Amino acid sequence: MNDTILADELGPRGRRRVFIGSIIASILVLAVIAIAIKRFNDNGQFAEEKWRPLTQWSVLKFYLGGLGNTLKAAGAAMVIALIVGGLVALARLARTAPVRWLATLYVEFFRGMALYLLILFCWLGLPRLGVRLDVYWYLVIGLSVYNSAILAEVFRAGILSLDRGQSDAASALGMRYWQAMGLVIVPQAVRRMLPAIISQLVTLLKDTSLGVLIFYEELLRRARLSAEFFHNPVMSVALVAIFYITVNYALSVFATRLEARQRRRYKAGSIKVTGLEQLAVVGAQAESSIT
Amino acid sequence: MDVVFDNLDLFLRGIRTTVSLTLTSYVVAFVIGMVVASFRVSPVPPLRLVGSFYVNTVRNTPLAVLMVLFFFALPDVGILYSAYISAIIVLSAYTGSFIAETIRAGINSVAKGQAEAARALGLTYPQVLRIVILPQALRAVIAPLGSIFIALIKNSALANLISVTELSGTAERLINDTAQPIPLFIAAALAYLVLTIPSGILLGRIERRFAIKR
Amino acid sequence: MRRHRWLAVAFVVLSMTAAACGDSDDDSTVGGGQSTATTVSKPAFAAGTTMANLQAKGKLVIGTKFNQLGSGLKNPTNGQLEGFDIEIGKLIGVGIFGGTVDSLGSKVEFKEAVSAVREAVIQSGDVDLVIATYTINTARKTQVDFAGPYIVDGQDIMVKTDNTTIKTIADLNGKKVCTGEGSTTPANLTAKQVNADLTLFKTYPECAEALRQGRVEAVVTDRGILVGLVDASSRGFKLVGVNVSEEPLGIGLKKGDDAFRAFLNDRLDAIIASGEWKAAYEKTLGKLGLPTPTAPKPDRYAGTGTATTLAATTTVPPSTTTTR
Repeated sequence: MNDTILADELGPRGRRRVFIGSIIASILVLAVIAIAIKRFNDNGQFAEEKWRPLTQWSVLKFYLGGLGNTLKAAGAAMVIALIVGGLVALARLARTAPVRWLATLYVEFFRGMALYLLILFCWLGLPRLGVRLDVYWYLVIGLSVYNSAILAEVFRAGILSLDRGQSDAASALGMRYWQAMGLVIVPQAVRRMLPAIISQLVTLLKDTSLGVLIFYEELLRRARLSAEFFHNPVMSVALVAIFYITVNYALSVFATRLEARQRRRYKAGSIKVTGLEQLAVVGAQAESSIT
Repeated sequence: MDVVFDNLDLFLRGIRTTVSLTLTSYVVAFVIGMVVASFRVSPVPPLRLVGSFYVNTVRNTPLAVLMVLFFFALPDVGILYSAYISAIIVLSAYTGSFIAETIRAGINSVAKGQAEAARALGLTYPQVLRIVILPQALRAVIAPLGSIFIALIKNSALANLISVTELSGTAERLINDTAQPIPLFIAAALAYLVLTIPSGILLGRIERRFAIKR
Repeated sequence: MRRHRWLAVAFVVLSMTAAACGDSDDDSTVGGGQSTATTVSKPAFAAGTTMANLQAKGKLVIGTKFNQLGSGLKNPTNGQLEGFDIEIGKLIGVGIFGGTVDSLGSKVEFKEAVSAVREAVIQSGDVDLVIATYTINTARKTQVDFAGPYIVDGQDIMVKTDNTTIKTIADLNGKKVCTGEGSTTPANLTAKQVNADLTLFKTYPECAEALRQGRVEAVVTDRGILVGLVDASSRGFKLVGVNVSEEPLGIGLKKGDDAFRAFLNDRLDAIIASGEWKAAYEKTLGKLGLPTPTAPKPDRYAGTGTATTLAATTTVPPSTTTTR
């Protein structure tokens, strides 16, 4: 990662300044860490009984069960959201106007909704409408609907970013609309938007933690139950945070690499990527990766 | 719909909480984002390290986990704030990490020659950043910053997890009190659309107004 | 190269689903426990009743608390549910499915139902019953029906052990007090002319954490809940020992199902008479130092009747917002 914007080599004075700055910054960082450790110690957070539960297999099994529930919900929601999102994206580009309108309504409505409210609705509202399911499905449906609306926009952006010549060429070859879509447009669009799609899936994984609000026993809920039992909220919740950070960081690195490689490829290839288009991708990602 | 009109005052209070949470947190998040973004592009290695550590940890942790961690766990190490303040701190910290990344992307989008030219004119590093790079970078990322704002409106619902009753939470409590989920959900959903859609339109205007013409 | 990338994505998704499938320990169903219960032969119910439907379906879903030591707790060291409400739930299950508490298996399923959503999950049909330290009162009776009471509890005040300022109910005036969202406590305090600064959380352990961390000065709720919290606090908390209110705890069920309610009341009478009720109490709340109380008599109040159920659901229940 080459972050620095200082294009020119630093002179002797600049290097000295950076060196002094580094020392001061390092001292400050170490001071913060030292204060944190002292706080932990003063408040008895290093006491053995706070940490021991996390070393017991029976307790870890309780957490792993929660982790399994998290992944179970995330996996199902990912698959459903990708499929529904793809269909909605195609519907938004359909040639029949009412289909387009419906798809637009779907996207605008669910994208503008707080996921919290949506999951709450699945839990307390759906049964009232005669849909009675396991609490697992309420979470999965809420996550799927919300993310499908966002993924639909990502897919659509990908399709629209393709050169018109692609579909023209496909129809010149005698392909029908759906053939052109399936064989030419969609594969390219998906590949191009893959980084954005992955970062949205990372978001979805994070959002499964909203299961706590409907008392689905995912990782965070189990950590809360365990923390309340052992009185060690710091360790329990930190454990959950560390899990999410590790997995999501790995996935984000994967997405960034993918993006970098694609940028190289498109630069080398025939498709022009202008600065503005890159920004559009940044925008789409920023939007999709925060919810 | 009677249940909505009977409890209109509660609903309005919920909306007001959502709006105040969002606006306050966005301002704080913007400051955090600017600082962290400058850290991330700084020539001082430890600052870069701090910046990327912040972004990579906070951004990859679910907001719900951050809420619970800050409100229910950190008092154990002596960090104790009221629910409302906690909600603002957590929303700001979380949103700030996204703003930082967006601003950094904007900075990277500014042509290198700009920084070089500014350096050649004798501006110091902070001056280059403040006078030349950031104004251009910010103009370039108005759209994503707007998306982040809209996401924050929706994210503020998670304040309910720590007993701050905003829009969604008001709906949740009224549903349990009155047993009429459908009208209450419709009302809350409409309220969200009333907040998010005009924000989107307004941001679109701002974006066009400041768009960089090339 | 291209292929590898797809493989990587597929791998991520697959590994998630695969990891999910390996999870088997988390069904909150009945298991283990000592065989103290008597065997009941499979009862026969009139067709069309809730009992017959549940028996045919082979599943009774009960909403309960998952984090209240003594009444309903999911123990993180073994994933098992334990507590007085759980025991009552199992005994009700035996009344529907027959057999013994141990033979119920997955026929009785417990779901977490915190104070604030108990009416909602009953009405939505998400659960068949709520047994969750659920106080019977008139405001709630407008939305759900109650069998029981299966025990009469009272509310008390819990403070830190070193607290010397809160000795009476009146001392709560102006103090930061924590209780559960959707509980009867706010109304009880108002009835005693106490004006406290209330913090509402979804569950009581959250109140206990808030008390331990100094966010609030007192927690007010049912004694049966508080003793669990005191027990878990390793002498950090104590009960003040006042009676804020009487709390008859009942089994919540869908409004208008009078036949089901009559069955539940009969079943409660039966387990009280057989001694199973007392045994259940002694192995749960009794272990926390509470003396076994006398068993209450179920209140068989006149219901709206099944015939009028349809009409009842179409009329708008009065808003109870202001009364709580």
